Amino acid sequence: MKRAALQGVRIADFCWLWAGAYATGLLAILGAEVIKIESMARVDPSRKMTVTIGHAFEGVDHSPVFNSINLNKLSIKLNLKQPKAVELAKKLVQISDVASQNMRPGAMDKLGLGYEALKEVKPDIIMLSSSSFGAEGPLRRYGGYAPSFAAYSGLTHLTGYSDAPPNPMTGSTDLMSATTGAFAILAALNHRQATGQGQHIDLSSVESLAVFTGDALMDYIMNGRVRTRRGNRDDVMAPHNCYRCRGDDNWVSIAVSTEEEWQALCRVMGNPGWARDRKFSDARGRWQNQEELDALITEWTVNYTHYELTGMLQKAGVAAFPSLSNQEIFSDPHFKERKLAVEVEHPVMKKQVVLGAPWKLSETPAEITKASPTMGENNEYVFGELLGMPGSEIKRLMDEQVIY
Amino acid sequence: MPDKALSHLKVLELCDLVCGPYCTKLLADLGAEVIKIEPPGIGDKARQRGPFLNDIPHPERSGLFLYLNTNKSSITLDIGTSKGRDILKQLIKQADIFVEDNPPRMMKELGLTYKELKKINPRLGMTSITPFGQTGPYRDYKAFEMNLYHAGGEGYLLPIQSPDLSREPVKAGGLVGDCICGLSSAIATLAATYNMKETGMGQYIDASKQDVLMTMVLLEIAMYANLGVVRSRLARPLLMPVPMECRDGYIMISALTDREWEDLVKLMGNPSWSKDEKFSQWLLRHTHGDELNPHIEEWLKPFQKDELFHHLQENALAAAPVNTSEDLVHSAQMASRGFFAEVEHPEAGKLKQPTAPYKFSKTPVKIERAAPLLGQDNEAVYCGLLGYSKQELAKLKESGII
Repeated sequence: MKRAALQGVRIADFCWLWAGAYATGLLAILGAEVIKIESMARVDPSRKMTVTIGHAFEGVDHSPVFNSINLNKLSIKLNLKQPKAVELAKKLVQISDVASQNMRPGAMDKLGLGYEALKEVKPDIIMLSSSSFGAEGPLRRYGGYAPSFAAYSGLTHLTGYSDAPPNPMTGSTDLMSATTGAFAILAALNHRQATGQGQHIDLSSVESLAVFTGDALMDYIMNGRVRTRRGNRDDVMAPHNCYRCRGDDNWVSIAVSTEEEWQALCRVMGNPGWARDRKFSDARGRWQNQEELDALITEWTVNYTHYELTGMLQKAGVAAFPSLSNQEIFSDPHFKERKLAVEVEHPVMKKQVVLGAPWKLSETPAEITKASPTMGENNEYVFGELLGMPGSEIKRLMDEQVIY
Repeated sequence: MPDKALSHLKVLELCDLVCGPYCTKLLADLGAEVIKIEPPGIGDKARQRGPFLNDIPHPERSGLFLYLNTNKSSITLDIGTSKGRDILKQLIKQADIFVEDNPPRMMKELGLTYKELKKINPRLGMTSITPFGQTGPYRDYKAFEMNLYHAGGEGYLLPIQSPDLSREPVKAGGLVGDCICGLSSAIATLAATYNMKETGMGQYIDASKQDVLMTMVLLEIAMYANLGVVRSRLARPLLMPVPMECRDGYIMISALTDREWEDLVKLMGNPSWSKDEKFSQWLLRHTHGDELNPHIEEWLKPFQKDELFHHLQENALAAAPVNTSEDLVHSAQMASRGFFAEVEHPEAGKLKQPTAPYKFSKTPVKIERAAPLLGQDNEAVYCGLLGYSKQELAKLKESGII
């Protein structure tokens, strides 16, 4: 087996929910040993239910949602309300490179597990603290889920149709914040590798999405313009939209960026008479009249399937692609060949399909080596092997509901 | 001790527009030395795109370019010429990371594949960011951010909670699709450099934008394989709050748990409708969301969004105003965290810019240099770094290579 990129990196993972779990989940896929610190006294809600489809799971080890974002990780039980559990958590941090958490700012400090406390037991520790608004600033104590931090960030306002209310997107905004956390940890790891210095990272989920609206922010700063949502439309490109196709709720996205591509689109459409109309004769005209243009293009696209149109247009050098549903994705030949989806064997749920890493690293492949852990699956390895505790002591702490 | 996290890394960027430049911006803002290679004459196409200062198009006054290229150097080089490619290879010899976003076919035709480049520098980490990756039937397909948002599976689901399917699915707002792909590619890139410093071994990273965007909705996608659930934009995620209209805009309220629901009911003054059996637990409230939401909207109508925001948050409810860019620029929270920094640019003047979403305690992000003018570092790089004489540089300029 090849080496993993982050082999030898250990993470004491106090994260939960999506925005926390997927940050260290990405690093686990890159080969870090991520030990999730959980407790029956405070169960990760994603083990219990899915807010996406309103479904409660039968037990804490029955969640495909939790499984999808906690792959390759280990799990131990520690009830951090117990002082003895806090001491054990510190011992784990002492032999870790990174600690990560996404409780409300101040909560870890209250438990005695704030950055200052962890630095005392492990001076070069890297600690990621991720929260809705960040650990500093007047709103630091305010909480939030993905829909609220997306709203505050400005992204919600920019998503949706121009003549309809703003739209909060899906849970993707949680995973985007998590992706930011994974990047920040890796930057700090690279720095520590070069200098030996650890540090604390204060991440704001609001800001992790606000940076994705740089064009709108710059437009306001430079020109005082407050941009609003505009569906699929672009600053300069037209046509640039999704067009209805043959079939049930099937759509193809088409974007034209040059005169050459426009001519190619016209050819594929069979050079209809309307395309020679003066108002469509240059990029500016097409942009100014794009609503009319979109209606005319739709008269053509409804005769074909989204895949047929994609084939015809791509062959002619025009950017086009179906708007894919989750069902269609699984029968798409490219998706199959890229092998983004893999099967894992979960100890309780058995066969589960999950999505792996979105990149292919030639020398250190980012692979799914195991399903998500069951609650406390690795108590023995972590407390016994890593921390060197005898079995009798582990048992006693279980009875005392410290390891719980 | 260096005060920048990545000051030990040398990066070469051969990218255009948003995604690739955002990837290297993340590295540059944390201290990596990034040299941006632009085609002579026009440069990065982002220079041709707005928003422009005062709405007047100018290649050095594009807000998009200024935002995406802070802390970088710029050189011009025509890699379509063999001399240009020789020079590129000299630069690659000294680099830790090479990020490029060109069509796979073009890199092959130019002889700039990883297989060739690792002969020059075996420690190199090369990241190729393309719409569909280097393998598979769509590897040569053309796609812009909007196409990819729909290829990645989230576009089909937006706007979520659509009343019917009569209108087209849409992409997310802003630059999300491109930026998240740049960010994700930066993760793989830094994992590769970490591994390189441990083992001395470079490697190639094939980053597919479609794959990145699919992983952002991995739960929705996997749901089909594991639970047989087909999703559409009609879907109403559990208590995924709809933005509710109040006096001066929209507010989002998440009352997910029973505790949060009870608190909200109390704040609303325990209205009689809230005692209805069908709102008594979270699954029921989810199922009856269409009946529940109008009641809440009726209650909040007279309030302002910021007033509601603070009132609800002070009562431990996760609420937030639906902010515009204007709101964000004037947010006291953002100001207090220094999210916007003043940057001085020779052509665009002094402008605020968004910085980064994280605060590193020892190596904070600093925007020390505004985005570069086209080719502003030609002399420093060609003469200083590669040792060309000024006469040679003039000759290269004359022949259009630089």
